[in-house]
Amino acid sequence: MTKIRRSMLFIPGDNPGMLLNGGVLGSDSIIFDLEDAVSLKEKDSARILVRNALNTLEYGKTETIVRINGLNTKYWKKDLEQIIPAKPDVIMPPKIEKVEEIKEICDYISKIEKDKGILENSIRIIPIIETSLGVENSFEIAKGSPRLEALFLGAEDLTANIGAKRSKKGDEIFYSRSRIIIAANAAKIQAIDTPYTDINDEEGLKIDTEFAKDMGFDGKASISPRHVEIINQVFTPSKDEIEFAKEVLNAIKTAEKEGRGVISLEGQMIDAPIVDRANHILSIYKSVMGGSINE
Amino acid sequence: MSKVINSLEEAIKKCGLKDGMTLSFHHHLRNGDYVLNKVMKTVDEMGYKNIKIAPSSIFPIHEPLVDLIKRKVITGITANYMSGPVAEAISEGIMDEPVIFHSHGGRPRAIEKGEIKIDIAFIAAPSCDKEGNMNGIDGPAACGSLGYAYVDAQYAKKVIAVTDNLVDYPASPISIDETKVDYVVQIDSLGDPNGIVSGSTQITRDPVGLVIARYASKVIEHSGLLKDGFSFQTGAGGASLATAHYLKSILKEKNIKGSFCMGGITGYMVNLLEEGLFHKLMDVQCFDIEAIKSLKRNPNHQEISASHYANPDAKSSVIKNLDIVILGATEIDINFNVNVHTNSNGYIMGGSGGHSDTAAESKLCMIVAPLFRARLPIVVDRVHTITTPGSTVDVLVTERGIAVNPKRKELREKLEKAGLPIIDIEKLKSIGDKIAGKAEPVETDDKIVAKVIYRDGKELDVIRQVSKP
Repeated sequence: MTKIRRSMLFIPGDNPGMLLNGGVLGSDSIIFDLEDAVSLKEKDSARILVRNALNTLEYGKTETIVRINGLNTKYWKKDLEQIIPAKPDVIMPPKIEKVEEIKEICDYISKIEKDKGILENSIRIIPIIETSLGVENSFEIAKGSPRLEALFLGAEDLTANIGAKRSKKGDEIFYSRSRIIIAANAAKIQAIDTPYTDINDEEGLKIDTEFAKDMGFDGKASISPRHVEIINQVFTPSKDEIEFAKEVLNAIKTAEKEGRGVISLEGQMIDAPIVDRANHILSIYKSVMGGSINE
Repeated sequence: MSKVINSLEEAIKKCGLKDGMTLSFHHHLRNGDYVLNKVMKTVDEMGYKNIKIAPSSIFPIHEPLVDLIKRKVITGITANYMSGPVAEAISEGIMDEPVIFHSHGGRPRAIEKGEIKIDIAFIAAPSCDKEGNMNGIDGPAACGSLGYAYVDAQYAKKVIAVTDNLVDYPASPISIDETKVDYVVQIDSLGDPNGIVSGSTQITRDPVGLVIARYASKVIEHSGLLKDGFSFQTGAGGASLATAHYLKSILKEKNIKGSFCMGGITGYMVNLLEEGLFHKLMDVQCFDIEAIKSLKRNPNHQEISASHYANPDAKSSVIKNLDIVILGATEIDINFNVNVHTNSNGYIMGGSGGHSDTAAESKLCMIVAPLFRARLPIVVDRVHTITTPGSTVDVLVTERGIAVNPKRKELREKLEKAGLPIIDIEKLKSIGDKIAGKAEPVETDDKIVAKVIYRDGKELDVIRQVSKP
């Protein structure tokens, strides 16, 4: 079953309290941040804290992701050396612009996996696309390694990079959002939307999240625990969606029994993408047990 | 003959105070209260010894009592709650006689039964006329409801109303009336408004507190009790308020209207009333200014006495109609016994208040608490002090899962079906121990410094003197 990633919560890697409680805040994934949230002075201590958290704490069903420092820094290799043996589910490299960078990171992860006797390719990758070059190369990047799980759009750095004014409505990132979704979908991986950065604007968050879902994103990141519930609600299938998905699958079963080739439901043709979508919706529903609270 | 007396000293003389007698006080002025300190200072200056006091609660502001206890001016204390220097000194064994802890419902029962015999009740009256008709909603020391003082007024041999706001006769509205009052004493100030009420009480912003609150609201949603006419009590703590906040959304979404909210009243509950989500507030104590204003202006905000609130021997009391209560815990054990009396070092830092009363009578008693407080897990093998018996507690909600008392199998099934993260309490304990380590039991001396009396009058537990390192 595809991993459900409705919500991804950033947690500063140098905050022990948040590391301790990361698994209980309701997000499907948590991103331990070693990059932007950690000052240069604290890079080593955060790395050790995150490693120890992964080694000693239980995060249950919550996916663990570590955002390492960029390839243009002296930290990223040290980050991987410390973090990979603690077996996070996913490594999130920032500012990925070219497929070669994915290969460089994956080669280094493979080396550590081999050295430490970790099953190869067991650690997955979700790169952040946050430059114009990254957006333009997104399909190549998405196909860059079997480790790839998703593309993650980082809109703050991207808009700074292209000289756009970041707005709540997000017209300036519409193209980039579309491009990332198409690239990820074409490579059969997920697309994760950028965080909504006004932590006190829950109404704005809801609108932005609904928009992202309707565009085709699989989930959305968050920089505030208070955003998680709303994001989960938006990305959790509604009762109507679930009912429709069940009807689709029932219609397929009935048609198979009756040996009919063409299937329609309430006048709508049911074809393979609709069946796939129905299965996807029911798998999300099953994964979250009908509620939006994550265990 | 006028009831108005010029000084506390004169009133005390007129009441015939003698060594060994019992004086009572209410705690509506909370940590802003000057009255208990002023009265006891006067009693000391008049040379009395061996006085017993029965305030409904004691707060940090009552620190001067420590010296009076040392000098045997005060030799006995009965209270429902105690925090601050007096509580610390008692924990360290300053008194010869153990403190007697009652609950908010147990105290009026004990007074009515004569287990607590009050010789003189000093009733701080924020607004009072010359005959002793009083209310708590006006005046510089306004505190709202006078709920805890009713029983004192009714059963004390002598009643002295103490006020800093003498109004024209007759005062109105009247909470406690002149038929109960012997004397009225005017003093400069009853208390510090900043200590009497908090500003507007805020919903927690702590992400863990919010997770707990969200779970708690879902427990309510799926408990089977959430329907038109349901009743609800919650505390003024951040997580309790956050639960009310989530509950509000659920009520709106499902178009459900509750019957009444009760307990210590906050602005948040006033908001629930004013938005029409509940029909009434039943108010034994106001926690903030919004609550006091509401009590003054809204007839659906009803002041009630502590006896009416929770007295187990009353012909009936409001909590007998209470569906859901949300309570806190400093510790809870694997048998669901709850401690809100003592802290992790064995020191007294609270008391039942209405904890054990509401747990016993409500249809659903839910404890909300983070699994860790500072570095200590809250789930333990055996609580240091039993405030509320586990047999009356139904659910523990933590950020790491919801534990349901095994005797509530049907509730567990309902919550599991709703997809809530149900976990055995033993498992919660082992998660806590694994992360934080198992705490050593608190070491105590043999001397009993306090007795916890359950609402029915039976001794539930004792608190022993802390061992000094």
